[in-house]
Amino acid sequence: MVIETSGLSKSFRGFTAVDRVDLAVEEGHVHALVGPNGAGKTTLFNLLTGFLKPTAGRVSMAGHDITGSPPERIARLGVARSFQITNLFEHLTLQQHVELALLGTTKLGHRFWVSDRVLTKFHDRAGELLDEVGLAKLRDVPAGTLAYGQKRALELALALALDPKVLLLDEPTAGMGLEDVERTVELVKRVRTGRTVVLVEHNMSVVAGLADRVTVLQFGRILVEGTYDEVRNDSRVIEAYLGGESAA
Amino acid sequence: MTVMVVRKLAGLPLLWRVLAVVGGLLVALALPWYIYPPVAMDIVAWALFAVALDLLLGFTGLLSFGHAAFWGSAAYTAGTIAIETGLPFPVAVLGGSVVAMVLAVPIALLAVRRTGIYFAMVTLAFAQMVYFVANQWSGVTGGENGLQGIPKELFGLDLSDPFYFYYAGLPIALVGLLIAWRVVHSPFGRVLVAIRENPARSRSLGFPVDRYKVMIFVISAGLSGLAGGLYAISHGFASLQEVYWTTSGKVVIMTVLGGIGTLWGSVIGAAVIVQVEDYVATSGINIGPLEITGPGLITGLIFVGVVLLFRRGVWGTVAHLLRRRRSVPDAEPHLSGTTAPAVEQEPAVAPKS
Repeated sequence: MVIETSGLSKSFRGFTAVDRVDLAVEEGHVHALVGPNGAGKTTLFNLLTGFLKPTAGRVSMAGHDITGSPPERIARLGVARSFQITNLFEHLTLQQHVELALLGTTKLGHRFWVSDRVLTKFHDRAGELLDEVGLAKLRDVPAGTLAYGQKRALELALALALDPKVLLLDEPTAGMGLEDVERTVELVKRVRTGRTVVLVEHNMSVVAGLADRVTVLQFGRILVEGTYDEVRNDSRVIEAYLGGESAA
Repeated sequence: MTVMVVRKLAGLPLLWRVLAVVGGLLVALALPWYIYPPVAMDIVAWALFAVALDLLLGFTGLLSFGHAAFWGSAAYTAGTIAIETGLPFPVAVLGGSVVAMVLAVPIALLAVRRTGIYFAMVTLAFAQMVYFVANQWSGVTGGENGLQGIPKELFGLDLSDPFYFYYAGLPIALVGLLIAWRVVHSPFGRVLVAIRENPARSRSLGFPVDRYKVMIFVISAGLSGLAGGLYAISHGFASLQEVYWTTSGKVVIMTVLGGIGTLWGSVIGAAVIVQVEDYVATSGINIGPLEITGPGLITGLIFVGVVLLFRRGVWGTVAHLLRRRRSVPDAEPHLSGTTAPAVEQEPAVAPKS
């Protein structure tokens, strides 16, 4: 198991967003987390990546106990994430974004005594990554000017730049047009080789096309886990979606 | 005609930058011919101090309101070394810088746990503690009297004439400015800007943000110490004024006035403030009793005016106008230099299920 949580819980002032979750993600799998809004998917992501500290329970990632570790240490273990709410450097160009992400994988960042011309060695790789997510033409544009779907694609390029063992994608296709959704699905299929991917996704056709395993969350708890077909036909899942808010 | 020349210069960023550096050097070399030499030395020392602060304020997004602690502790240290050992003054200045850096480590470790106004308050609190110690520890600092009779020793050369001392001290400040420039234009500098723009995102890219902040804080303190030591040697004394909170405030005003995140701006801000204060103090302009108004009133008015009219500061505004002529988007401060193509708009956001 590359990711394992046991009894993982997170409460905010009495509200339990994640409640005793035992999640196990197998190496090499694409594992989807689905569930109605407010089911705790993003909170779970934040617990896995160190942005939140759990109230109770443990998290282990690739054999390391990372409970309570800061985000930068988890990132250095080969865990990259994209953010649901787009989280970029508004004034930096796309090229600078990816170069920065590539810089983050090296020890160069601490060198205040060398010229930033050393960053030119990341130039080609940054171009390739932008090309892969379909943003090559916009490489010199500040990220603040991008449309929402393009920002999602840049998020993906940044995560890939870290060459992670584990890729956590929080709604990678939200806000994308149909064509971009298809390209993103193809991209994830391509980059999953040798990696483990965990994604939160609302678009069920994306889940159907990608996921080996699906975990359905509701009220912070695991409701059902299984393959897409098993989960889709489970009566509890149908009830959770239909009985809750508007269905998918 | 002038506009055309300026436009051509702006179109060639490298040449433009080389000219700015050469021009700046020429001005620095010519300064004591046009300005009373001790004032020229003050400008250079304060310019380095303001640039050091800009590394934090402009490039990392941290407002330190306690940099007098580093300027002042270095001034006392450099003075003590010069008096007690008689070593060449650059050694004394370097010693002051080292002490400032050592002092900065614990302050930085505690201060970087906070951001924004709380960061400023923590640094101010520490600087006040340093002030208190300097005031009480009169055996070393001279207390209210300050440290007097600091010699300007340099291999037996007679540097008592401020005109000659200026040329002996200038290289120290230039080395300091060069270090600041190197830091800004390094991979480390890129990370600092990323941290300024979005600390959380920087962490998820694997950058230990707090460690970067501590590093730049210590570098900034070291350069402030270089400036403070030079100032003390130049004046021949170090007083409590050097560690007082108004010194921290003055350097913030210089940096903001010139334009944060530009380095050049801090130099201009320092030159303006030092000149104005000297002019007001010596011209006998009198707006009410000097003890109440003093030069601070005039500089305060200039500061308010610039902040209201030119939000980017003096240099920041000039750079912005030049950039606009080249129709380059403001991807400050490391712009890549090409024009932005029109961005295609995506179709409407797919509804969330």
